[in-house]
Amino acid sequence: MEVVRQKLGSGDEGEFRSRQLTARRMLHNELEGEELEEFVEQRLLTTTLEKAGNWARGNAFMPATFGLACCAIEMMAMVSPRYDVARFGFEAFRASPRQADLMIISGRVSIKMAPVVRRVYDQMLEPKWAIAMGACSSSMGVFNNYAIVPADKFLPVDLHIPGCPPRPEALMYGILKLRNMVMAKPDLGWRSRYGGGGTEEFDPKQIEVDPNEVNVAANTLGRAGTSA
Amino acid sequence: MSDVTQRPGQTSAHPGLSYRELEESSYDAGYLEHPEHDELLTLNFGPHHPATHGVLRLITTLEGEVIRDIKPVIGYVHTGIEKNCEDKAYWKVIPLVERMDYLSYYFNAMAYCGAVETLLDIDVPPRAQYLRVAHLELNRIASHLLWLATGGLDLGAMSVFFYGWRDRDNILDLFEMSSGQRMHPRYFQVGGVAEDIPSGWVKKVKKFTAEFPARLDQYADLIDNNQLLLSRLRGTNIVDKETLLQLGVTGPLLRAAGNPWDLRKAHPYSSYDHFDFKIPIGTVGDNYDRYRIRMAEMRESLKIIDQALDGLPEGDYITNDRKYALPPRHELATSMEALIHHFKLVTEGFRVPPGEAYYPIESPRGELACFVRSDGSSKPARVHMRDPSFVNLQSLKVMTEGEYVADMIIALAMLDPILGGIDR
Repeated sequence: MEVVRQKLGSGDEGEFRSRQLTARRMLHNELEGEELEEFVEQRLLTTTLEKAGNWARGNAFMPATFGLACCAIEMMAMVSPRYDVARFGFEAFRASPRQADLMIISGRVSIKMAPVVRRVYDQMLEPKWAIAMGACSSSMGVFNNYAIVPADKFLPVDLHIPGCPPRPEALMYGILKLRNMVMAKPDLGWRSRYGGGGTEEFDPKQIEVDPNEVNVAANTLGRAGTSA
Repeated sequence: MSDVTQRPGQTSAHPGLSYRELEESSYDAGYLEHPEHDELLTLNFGPHHPATHGVLRLITTLEGEVIRDIKPVIGYVHTGIEKNCEDKAYWKVIPLVERMDYLSYYFNAMAYCGAVETLLDIDVPPRAQYLRVAHLELNRIASHLLWLATGGLDLGAMSVFFYGWRDRDNILDLFEMSSGQRMHPRYFQVGGVAEDIPSGWVKKVKKFTAEFPARLDQYADLIDNNQLLLSRLRGTNIVDKETLLQLGVTGPLLRAAGNPWDLRKAHPYSSYDHFDFKIPIGTVGDNYDRYRIRMAEMRESLKIIDQALDGLPEGDYITNDRKYALPPRHELATSMEALIHHFKLVTEGFRVPPGEAYYPIESPRGELACFVRSDGSSKPARVHMRDPSFVNLQSLKVMTEGEYVADMIIALAMLDPILGGIDR
């Protein structure tokens, strides 16, 4: 392989030199007006905080350590050295749902297990996503009988991955799809995403309290308006 | 051992001694339990817990750090597979039973196919038997490697997890080559195997069996002399073989306690009597023995694989009886008979004479057996699996009662239950 050395910039000697000179003038505070605008536009990457946040979220999922059946084996295989999902930043499996933001429903969900899965999902903090991995949790798969519930019946599932069980590559492809989804969509909870408003377990307005009432320290010390 | 915390005594502390050292020493360890804390605590463990190897729920009653009672609650992955089997033709049941114990899929298929073959009274060609043995033993190694990986994770040995998966993937490559799937390959067929092995498969397996002993040595170097692991494995959760037998426990757990019961020797099936291998047994029956037994079993499995491939007979890979096995594709264009058989097999399936059969084999976890009752139709009247995980789980109580709760995690890891097999 031939190694080619190039100078920074487009390779055009003259343009590079002119940009160097502009930068020097900028440092000397000699740029003004249109020239200054152009200089700033060339050198700044503008974005919104939301976009930056979604970019960060989409590239660093923390899946919940939650295995159900055969698919859980392939889910674990995804972390293994051959597939190495750490390349994409999804390897930090979290045992506590409070620290996780992605639930991979890996395997068949029985009627007895469904409330538990839902409870674990509810314990996760927003924003959160759910992947139904494999045929069983998507469509009851090969079994399709009295014991199995598809995950759609009790969870807002963002993505279905077909297969019985899906290969680790398929799961990684699915998570990358989800990443694109997260990066493209504005950051909203699943209730907004799927029109599930009104299904909250409590009314946020009911538990609204006046911070001054509950702030005992403020009352005793005679200070009001501190953060509760 | 277990009465340490019950003994009333002085409340003097012995700094620098661990609980286990205190137990083994002659010190009075009564201070371990605070007099105010003598009440029992019920601790719910699971079904969502990373150390339960699935969705097992354990209701433990603790007295301080000592387990006084433990009740496993199962059924969280109940799938109704046995009921589903009654609704399918005999040969369509195979993919269902494979998904019971999802780490030893070849064993599930073997037990079921063996039971149906017993009912049909058909002979499996020697080549198919040898191919079955090679796949079964590869699967045993894969299953034990997964046990090693997850068990190591439970013990806090993260690197073992990665090493175990690395080698397991090599085995899954071999499965993929011979049958097209990593897991649940549906390779075993009533009367033989679904397809002959592709060319080059034997060479690849040979390569694996040649390099795997060195890997096992590496793992032994990593674990066998690790003081942390030794102190957690040695002398914990001891159960004698008589108690285990009373509970119906089989497999590595029973062999670790010193009973050399292995169905491959005791009741050979699929020409296991042609091969020369040993049954490793333990002496004490503690967690360390359970660990060493499985490591030794992997080496024995390698021997069996090598012998099966060296002596692989030529001939059919599935029975010649066209009533039970699909005819070769090329016959369909030339033979009316073959076309009729093919049509009957894929639409209705074959009929099995009425009767019952129980076919036990030695799975990585113990005696896995399939009971099939036929009523003469093309669908089984009843399919039941005697799953070793289900029976072995009963011994968790005798293993952990009176032991520390931290040892319960190890006991569960060394028990190696697969919840898909328990709940079915």
